[in-house]
Amino acid sequence: MAGVSNVVVAAAVVVLLALPVAALVWWARRHRGMGSEADRATLRSLHAANRAGRALREGLSQSSAERAVRSLRPLLTAPVVALSDGRTVLGWDGDGESHRAGESHSGDVLAAARASLDDGRARVDRVRCSDPRCRLRAVISVPLVVDGSRIGSLHAVDTAARAPLIKATHEVAVWISGQLELAEVDRRRSGVAEAELRALRAQISPHFIYNALTTIAAFVRTDPDQARELLLEFADFTRYSFRRHGEYTALADELQAIEQYLTLERARFGDRLRVTLRIAPDCLTVMVPYLSLQPVVENAVRHGLEPKSAPGHIVVEALSDGADVLISVEDDGVGEDPDRIQAALDGVAHADSIGLSNVDLRLRATFGERYGLVVETAPGEGTRVLMRVPRFAARAHAGEAPAH
Amino acid sequence: MVHTEVGLIAVVAVCLLTLAIGVFGVRVSRTTSDFYVASRSVGPVVNASAIGGEYLSAASFLGAAGLILSQGADALWYSVGWTAGYLVLLVLVAAPLRRSGAYTLSDFAELRLESRAARKVSSVIVVLIGVLYLLPQFQGAGLTLHTLVGAPGWAGSVLVAAVVLVIVVSGGMRSITVTQAFQYWLKLTALVLPLAVLLVHWRHAGGAGAPQLHVADWVEPMQGRYATYLVYSLMVATFLGTMGLPHVVARFYTNIDGRAARRTTIGVLGLLSVFYLLPTVYGVLGRIYSFRLVRSGHTDAVVLELPSDMLHGFGADLLTGLLGAGAFAAFLSTSSGLAVSVAGVLSQDVLRGRSDRVRDFRLATALVVGATLVLLVASTGVPVARAVELAFAVAASTFCPLLLLGIWWRGLTAPGAISGLVAGGTLSTAAVIAALAGYHAPGIAGPLLAQPAAWTAPVGFAVMVGVSLVTAGRRPPGVMRTMVRLHTPEHLDVDRGSFDPERPTARPAEPTAHRGAQRRPATM
Repeated sequence: MAGVSNVVVAAAVVVLLALPVAALVWWARRHRGMGSEADRATLRSLHAANRAGRALREGLSQSSAERAVRSLRPLLTAPVVALSDGRTVLGWDGDGESHRAGESHSGDVLAAARASLDDGRARVDRVRCSDPRCRLRAVISVPLVVDGSRIGSLHAVDTAARAPLIKATHEVAVWISGQLELAEVDRRRSGVAEAELRALRAQISPHFIYNALTTIAAFVRTDPDQARELLLEFADFTRYSFRRHGEYTALADELQAIEQYLTLERARFGDRLRVTLRIAPDCLTVMVPYLSLQPVVENAVRHGLEPKSAPGHIVVEALSDGADVLISVEDDGVGEDPDRIQAALDGVAHADSIGLSNVDLRLRATFGERYGLVVETAPGEGTRVLMRVPRFAARAHAGEAPAH
Repeated sequence: MVHTEVGLIAVVAVCLLTLAIGVFGVRVSRTTSDFYVASRSVGPVVNASAIGGEYLSAASFLGAAGLILSQGADALWYSVGWTAGYLVLLVLVAAPLRRSGAYTLSDFAELRLESRAARKVSSVIVVLIGVLYLLPQFQGAGLTLHTLVGAPGWAGSVLVAAVVLVIVVSGGMRSITVTQAFQYWLKLTALVLPLAVLLVHWRHAGGAGAPQLHVADWVEPMQGRYATYLVYSLMVATFLGTMGLPHVVARFYTNIDGRAARRTTIGVLGLLSVFYLLPTVYGVLGRIYSFRLVRSGHTDAVVLELPSDMLHGFGADLLTGLLGAGAFAAFLSTSSGLAVSVAGVLSQDVLRGRSDRVRDFRLATALVVGATLVLLVASTGVPVARAVELAFAVAASTFCPLLLLGIWWRGLTAPGAISGLVAGGTLSTAAVIAALAGYHAPGIAGPLLAQPAAWTAPVGFAVMVGVSLVTAGRRPPGVMRTMVRLHTPEHLDVDRGSFDPERPTARPAEPTAHRGAQRRPATM
């Protein structure tokens, strides 16, 4: 036993020692063959620009500016580089932010920032310092322009206003403006995606309401009691679908809405409609986009079972599959030409099959491209719609918790 | 050695049954008539049984009794700690964790810290804890098969590893809540029935004690040089480690809301309190009848050996067979639950995107099971319960600080959490490797390495708090919203915020361009 343990300890030590060596070798291999000194300098500049760009793509804020200036200073080779938004200095890299109590250059930079934001041009200001060791004498300021409005300024502070430095600061400021413009585009794009989601959700409810009301209307004269019952079910369902808060809901709640919907449909179908649920209990708490399963079931009823004269059967299943939940809605109805379904998912089909493409779009927009609907069908073979939902998606939990 | 047929049949039957349930799945099937029932979540009792079924592993089934047999009163703390861990979970973690919506500990890290890096680090530690926890399961299986049929030690480990691989890779373990709930009652029955027979036999034999019961070392707590430290360290590890076990956290997801999560935890406390009475009695009976195991050092086998030491003939074989079946049920349920949780995390965060999802998951399972087998070969027969406790020590030094600080302190930052996870994880893992390798350090370092939790957990906390205070500027922007979400009961209508790590630019609180009052006429 003791012999074995010594071997194991030795092996562990060898592994622990080997790791840093391997890391060094890997690093050396990556940095070999990088060409002449000029080549390496170019690469260093590009790398610095890349790092600064990544920070700036988040927009101009305290944290992004702090990270950006750290990469910008080697790029400009100035003792101090700062970014300001005209009200405060957001990021500062280099000495001289404050020498001692009451004496700081960030005030000078801020004054220069205000001035350059006001006249909209690059400028050079002289600064004075009572600290004998401080040799900073010039602040070069260039405004940053996004969408035609000046939102901040870049500053380089140096011992003298050298022409190359002024030129470089100007070039870098133009580049930063470009990055900030991209950040603004990103921000707007995510806003558009959210608005699109809301619009899609708004689309789903009227569609169902129209169908439900026509169903109830069919009963008003022949069976008023039944019509009243159905109206009450309908009222419950609309309370669910007009809920103000939250884009997401627990699968359990969605199933309850489907039950109310099916009560309405069963009034018309009678015994022709059978539904089986196979839901693993640990899937009931998964958050799904609100009203995402109901349109799929509705599609199975409307396009699968309704044209069929014989009784139809719908199976709703939910199973865990690793970190995802796999939900399937299967009917033994008339089926459909796969090309037409493809067209419907692509959004080129007629308005009647808006349900599936809507759900598909919302799933993709919420969870990513990998989470689209999968439809398996053929004429006369029934239809199976597969939906994959991740158990944890940070966005899905932001909304409403299960209403229990 | 008992007659091998009964034991073999029992083990094979349990393996086949588990395989069948795993591969074909038990689905809850309902028709339209009880639609309403089908759209309800499972209740706290079923959920609590499921947690109990998955949680009670080889360490509880075999190891706890074995340690009581060899160490006596001090070993009671294992059972107490494994139960009391849920008390800490109940009071401080259960409801907020459920409200977070996290399915894995990595999910929680990502949600609370809004950092991909924190997610990655957590995933690595989840895999580490998972492998450490699987290790004693496989080891216990080897021991059980050896005791039952005299098979070589590796046979049982490989059998359990193979069954787990088949279940998980075949895409099984789908409706595991109900299956795992059944496992708890199976394990309880498999321990209670033989114990009842053995106790009746003991009464009939005169109910006598034995001289080895009255050894001061065994019967009195805190005997020995560093006993006080060792016991307190064990308490820290088990009390605080429970919340960091990947398969336990995944089970909490099944609760419908925070309240249900708390109720489930209370249920688990009750079920575990009942269960952990049994190993103690087995240990004491073993002290009377199976004292030879203490001399030979195979105390983990006491639960399995006791029937044949007390009784003779077919009855003893039958009881041993039942205990063996229960033990295998314990290995299989815990191992497959763990393998699913850990492989899920590994495939999602570490292997992500290499190939398609299913292949990633299978590869991850094979990696986890394979790594455990390799570690099993390399380790030197640490008692089963000790090995599990080492996994608890790592959990207590990493995820306990992350969860407690993440839930109750808004100052926790991503750099702080990551450095705490790395510091606590590295230190405790180093100690665990030393323990598994059978390395006994001289002097005070010995107990410090043997039970590291009492110092590695505080180090984890201290590093997290310290680095978070230093990097106070890097608090996650959405921390207040996250806190509202974690601590507000679900039925209250409040803004629970929105957070998306994929799109860090979508932060309305930080406008990229100033509009309105700041707007200046464009003159350039």
